[in-house]
Amino acid sequence: MSRGQNILRGVVLTVGALVFLFPFYYMVIGSLQEEPDPTVAGAFPNPANLTLDNYGDINSRINLLQGLLNSGIFTGGVILCTVIFGVLVGYALAQLQWRGRGVTFALALLVQVVPFQLLMIPLYVMIARDYGLADNYLGMILPFAINSTAVIIFRQYFLQIPKELFDAARIDGAGELRILRRIALPLVRPALLTVVLLTFIGPWNEFLWPFLITKEASLQPLAVSLANYLSNIAATAANPFGAVLAGACVLAGPAVILFILFQRHFVSNNIGSGVKG
Amino acid sequence: MSQSTASRTAAGRSTTPPGGGPRRSKRPLLGKNPFGLLLSAPYLVFVLAVFAYPLVFAFWMSFHDYFFAAPGADVDRPFVGLDNFREVLADPAIIRSFGNVGIFLLINVPLTVILSLVLATALNKAVRFRTFLRVAYYVPYVTASVAVVGVWIFLFSGNGLVNQILGPLAPNPAWLINEDWAMPTIAIFVTWKGLGFFILLYLAALQNVSEELYEAASTDGAGKIRSFFSVTVPGVRPATVLVLLLSTVTGANLFTEPYLLTGGGGPNGASSSPVLMMYQRGIEQGSPDTAAAIGVILVIGVLILAFIQRKLAGGDES
Repeated sequence: MSRGQNILRGVVLTVGALVFLFPFYYMVIGSLQEEPDPTVAGAFPNPANLTLDNYGDINSRINLLQGLLNSGIFTGGVILCTVIFGVLVGYALAQLQWRGRGVTFALALLVQVVPFQLLMIPLYVMIARDYGLADNYLGMILPFAINSTAVIIFRQYFLQIPKELFDAARIDGAGELRILRRIALPLVRPALLTVVLLTFIGPWNEFLWPFLITKEASLQPLAVSLANYLSNIAATAANPFGAVLAGACVLAGPAVILFILFQRHFVSNNIGSGVKG
Repeated sequence: MSQSTASRTAAGRSTTPPGGGPRRSKRPLLGKNPFGLLLSAPYLVFVLAVFAYPLVFAFWMSFHDYFFAAPGADVDRPFVGLDNFREVLADPAIIRSFGNVGIFLLINVPLTVILSLVLATALNKAVRFRTFLRVAYYVPYVTASVAVVGVWIFLFSGNGLVNQILGPLAPNPAWLINEDWAMPTIAIFVTWKGLGFFILLYLAALQNVSEELYEAASTDGAGKIRSFFSVTVPGVRPATVLVLLLSTVTGANLFTEPYLLTGGGGPNGASSSPVLMMYQRGIEQGSPDTAAAIGVILVIGVLILAFIQRKLAGGDES
């Protein structure tokens, strides 16, 4: 390959990467500006115009800590359900012979295909009206508890483990529960982190469903309270953009930091197998 | 093991079970290992409760006169046939929202496919700064739309940075409040936001394109560009089918971006989306039956689009 092409590719990739990262850089800069400065010079930090006031301002309006806590509970609940269902069903689908196995796998695929917007209105009627779970963590978590991607990733993972391993334990007289606890669960640990990371971004960033189901500010995840602030009351703040961007940094922070720390685990193969089935 | 397999095939073959008993076979009722059913039972209950039932409910609702009532109240919700669908199709605001998604898809889907394939090909061969480049392209994907929407409003506002740089070329009124530019700006936002995920899919697909094909192409005198079109593009076709499908579904799901970027589908409904209309009609205005009908039409539309894409992209082979 010629040197020129290498350099060209490097330049294209780097320029592209900077274009992709610029809004994030601008988000942080904007959140620290005392006065919003939309000029080109405003894209560079100006020590005279830097402040942390925007973070205090947004916190006085939407209680960032409570929002982060709510997001955390919502996300944690979804991850817990996803992992439990994913491991159990993935193991059962890959290693056990039982009636209904094919139907279950087909259902798991079907869940992925039917778009959420079709279910949105009936789910709202059921969960908010019939079950009275509006403004309730359970109501937020329920529709996301069945995550088929996790089922399929874990199934794929268990398929790679030789059946003989489990059969040997059975011959030794181990009960099914014991096999699950002592053999299957320890083996699945490496896949766990990938699934947790992949699941994390879904509920943490989710807006539509928690927005429909929570009207009480003290229960809203941060994405919802920030969006409400953005669409309703931003005009009244001293520096509305600064305050919004400060909130945006707090919302984006945990997801971005987790991703950078564990970016090695966002392996294309895992996601690919999860989506391709 | 062998015994149970034999008994199963026997049970599968014999249409009239021996002994004359109705459907009696030696195969255990719940399969060889019913523990699997026990493990899956909670999941299946959940699938029925938050997936299958709402799915049936959505279709039922779209054919009935459904309205919100106090919990437990026994109200009559008569069957109204296609009335809800007629109402949807006679509403210019809803028709416009479907048109908007059409514009969105025309911009977003080709842009997504081309950019993610080109960037994934380049990333696949990049040696230096791989980690930095990976992080840069994926970060928008892992960040909440709600968070980055704030920056985009700031960047694309009347005297925002984009217009400052463009100077006299800047559209007036500004991007997000301009009837012609609102939807394209949203489409570009969503492309930027989701590209990382599709790059990831293509990177996985590129690992399956055999190196020998590239070598054969270069022996035959094909240049870089030629081998991209005759080796890479056909090699990743299954991934392309998937990217087409997923980006179409994402587009049909559009809600957060028009709700926040353009203040609820403005200006004049130029950036409204069907899901936004479902929210407004169904929950704000209290006609869940109309909203359910929009949902049914939307899903049928997506299925038709997916079918056409499959035919065009030749997905049958994958």
